[in-house]
Amino acid sequence: MSTDVTDKTPAAAPPGRNGAGTGDGLLQLMLDGMRRNMRQYGMLIALGLIVALFAVWTEGDLLLPRNVSNLVLQNSYILILAIGMMLVIIAGHIDLSVGSLTAFVGSMAAVFMVRNDLPWPVAVLLCLAVGAIAGAVQGWFIAYGGLPSFIVTLAGMLTFRGLTEIFLDGQTLGPFPKGLQTTANGFLPEVGPDTNYHNLTLLLGFGLIALVVLQEVRDRRRQQEFALDVLPAKLFLLKLVALTAAILTVTLLLASYKGAPIVLLILGALLVGFGYVMRNAVIGRHIYAIGGNLPAAKLSGVRDKKVTFLVFLNMGMLAALAGLVFAARFNAASPKAGLNFELEAIAAAFIGGASMSGGVGTVLGAIIGGLVLGVLNNGMNLVGVGTDWQQVIKGLVLLAAVGFDVWNKRKVGS
Amino acid sequence: MAGPVLEMRSIVKTFPGVKALSDVTLTVRQGEVHAICGENGAGKSTLMKVLSGVHPHGTYEGEVLFEEGLCRFKDIRASEQQGIVIIHQELALVPYLSLAENIFLGNEHTRRGFVDWHETLRHATELLRRVGLDDHPETRVADIGVGKQQLVEIAKALSKKVKLLILDEPTSALNDEDSGKLLDLILQLKEQGITSIIISHKLNEIRAVADSVTILRDGRTIETLDVKDPETTEDRIISGMVGRDLEHRFPERTPHHPEEGTAPALEVRNWTVHHPIDQQRKVVDDVSLTVRRGEIVGIAGLMGAGRTELAMSLFGRTYGRHAGGTVLRDGREIRTKTVPEAVRHGIAYVTEDRKHYGLNLIDTINRNISLSALGKVARRGVVDEHEERQVAEGFRKSMNIKAPTVFEPVGKLSGGNQQKVVLSKWIFAGPEVLILDEPTRGIDVGAKYEIYTVIDQLAAEGKAVVFISSELPELLGMCDRIYTMAAGRLTGEFSRAEASQESLMRRMTKDKKDKEVTR
Repeated sequence: MSTDVTDKTPAAAPPGRNGAGTGDGLLQLMLDGMRRNMRQYGMLIALGLIVALFAVWTEGDLLLPRNVSNLVLQNSYILILAIGMMLVIIAGHIDLSVGSLTAFVGSMAAVFMVRNDLPWPVAVLLCLAVGAIAGAVQGWFIAYGGLPSFIVTLAGMLTFRGLTEIFLDGQTLGPFPKGLQTTANGFLPEVGPDTNYHNLTLLLGFGLIALVVLQEVRDRRRQQEFALDVLPAKLFLLKLVALTAAILTVTLLLASYKGAPIVLLILGALLVGFGYVMRNAVIGRHIYAIGGNLPAAKLSGVRDKKVTFLVFLNMGMLAALAGLVFAARFNAASPKAGLNFELEAIAAAFIGGASMSGGVGTVLGAIIGGLVLGVLNNGMNLVGVGTDWQQVIKGLVLLAAVGFDVWNKRKVGS
Repeated sequence: MAGPVLEMRSIVKTFPGVKALSDVTLTVRQGEVHAICGENGAGKSTLMKVLSGVHPHGTYEGEVLFEEGLCRFKDIRASEQQGIVIIHQELALVPYLSLAENIFLGNEHTRRGFVDWHETLRHATELLRRVGLDDHPETRVADIGVGKQQLVEIAKALSKKVKLLILDEPTSALNDEDSGKLLDLILQLKEQGITSIIISHKLNEIRAVADSVTILRDGRTIETLDVKDPETTEDRIISGMVGRDLEHRFPERTPHHPEEGTAPALEVRNWTVHHPIDQQRKVVDDVSLTVRRGEIVGIAGLMGAGRTELAMSLFGRTYGRHAGGTVLRDGREIRTKTVPEAVRHGIAYVTEDRKHYGLNLIDTINRNISLSALGKVARRGVVDEHEERQVAEGFRKSMNIKAPTVFEPVGKLSGGNQQKVVLSKWIFAGPEVLILDEPTRGIDVGAKYEIYTVIDQLAAEGKAVVFISSELPELLGMCDRIYTMAAGRLTGEFSRAEASQESLMRRMTKDKKDKEVTR
């Protein structure tokens, strides 16, 4: 997972006051950068601590290649939802309907593929369209109808849940075609000589490293072209090394089991894509602007209604994707699918740095938040903590994360 | 004449970076109606906040004596217990509660912890009668007009056994009839022994109800006049309000003499706008004006004159309901129904309220500057961050925005620097017509000078500038031509040579009633 889609890479840190990059300056620079993005780094560190804690507690089981693979698969649908939810929350809204919508799309998938034997790629496209329409309808009420998103999506939550039960007659429906299962549940294919590692995954990892390094170098050159301050050479090198190490670790972990799950690739693409859009695309900027100060955004010529509408349409489509992944993973559509998913996704977004009042947050933050929850789930399962206590602990983590943020802001603000 | 009921001695109040009150003394006699007037920003509201405990004891210097006792109010409740009640410009009623519930809010008639509805309704009816309302006390506040709401506020004050009633611009949102009723009520209350302080811009009102008037200017008491004294004419009050000498606070400007014959850059014809909720009220009434290239045209008016409403309704109809009128750019009629349309036709509006309408305070300088014209630094919908940063850096240097980097959140900047960011944002959009609404409000003298210089440069580059301000010296120092506005209408037009503070203020304090006479 590359980190160059964070909202603020260290490149956004104040330019080197002592450009020479002495040891002191380096440390200072890194601290400055971290202080600016306290929430994101804080959560990254917290994630590291949680991983370390459970790695020790489970005597290393947490980091077994098989478990890492599992962790990705188990949490993929929440992570997909969290990306969309982050956009919704940044725009200053909330979406309570995504759990039900996930189940609804799952039921539609079953109706298309199991009852009507449609070819699975066609059914997948139809399902994504259903999600987009559902999101668009809600988005229309919110953006153009002026209804509060809380109410509209609460209505959606009830409606979609009910429709799911109607379509499924209250029954579980399955199984899905092989093609869908191997795509949503499977891994990259085995190719090439036997190296004890999964070749394609290794290749992909190396490719990613090359891409990231190239991108960083190009970015740096562009900055110099525009005569802007750049990171001191030493720190830049350190950043490259850190990025490479991170990607390499994950690659090796995955490659020593069955390879990279296909869902991980989808997630990676979503993370990079949405991260780029939120940071660099005009529409992304407009989402931050309407969430940060709606009247000011309107007076700046931002078409706030259209942006809001698109954010919800997108959320619907991502919920459909999550629904497909979920249904394929359990190989059946169930009326009880996706229960409380919306709450998990919302929690992930807030743990990952979103603000209740909107205008703040990053896509990477949503992923980090989702992973914090995911690792907690997985780790507590491994050590045998019951679901009762799991909920208590997750609740407290959410409270602590947002509490820390509020406290930190107050300290900075005063 | 009765002795003083209130004495405020040498009050000094500073906010970070601004001295709002530097030496104010106010003496109000028992049982009189005392008016306070002064330009916007003279310190009237701050003074009333000191008096009512909004700014608690200890956050200001000087002393406040009420009924000969030293006041150490720690909040509004403390001052209300003494019988000092303030009614703010923005009404503080809860719209979906009844009149009775509003009147006794926070002060309920109770029996053993529960609301005593019989006593509440009886007492509310009595209080409503006293202020001349015969509405049922169970009517919701949302269902009565603004004029009546103002009276309910007074009934609420009466329920608190008010001795000193402070009214901040009580008639600014009212029509003539409601204003008249309110002023009558103030006189009635006076007969019942209640002392009132009334803050107003409308000199005819002051003459109608006040016994004496204290004039504030730049956070100082200038003088207190007896209204009944024949020497206290409106001109006398005006000269007290504006009497300040023009120092070298403006860049040297050579006034522009635009060529005759060419169409004006901006022309507005018969522009009329209704209030968004109270649709009977014309907030902008049949306004026609022209602005030529290279010209700085001022619009002078006091609070509530309709200047901001005029500007915002021109800029994408972001205020009120349009009820007629056209806009022409370079002689051709244009549509400005939405903000993007207005921007596309080269119009920019720099708001008077930068915190609420101008900036995304939690975002960085560079992103705020680029927001209104992101297309200029984007290719195919993707923002080139480096170009954006370079643009922002350029503005940081040329506008002298004091911040370590352009990645600083604008919420952390001082008012002057925030204003420079808003200006940068709109200059970056590349407009031909700039409407600047109070561009120097709440910023220090140094930053003001810098902003004046920027405005002058814009005009020199051939842009048409509309400069809205309630500070007359800055209009006189900067503008080629000045319109005056009062109660939604243009009440005068002055060339640079004709205009003086007195002549402008006279036209700015005209009310609708005596307009027919002067016109």
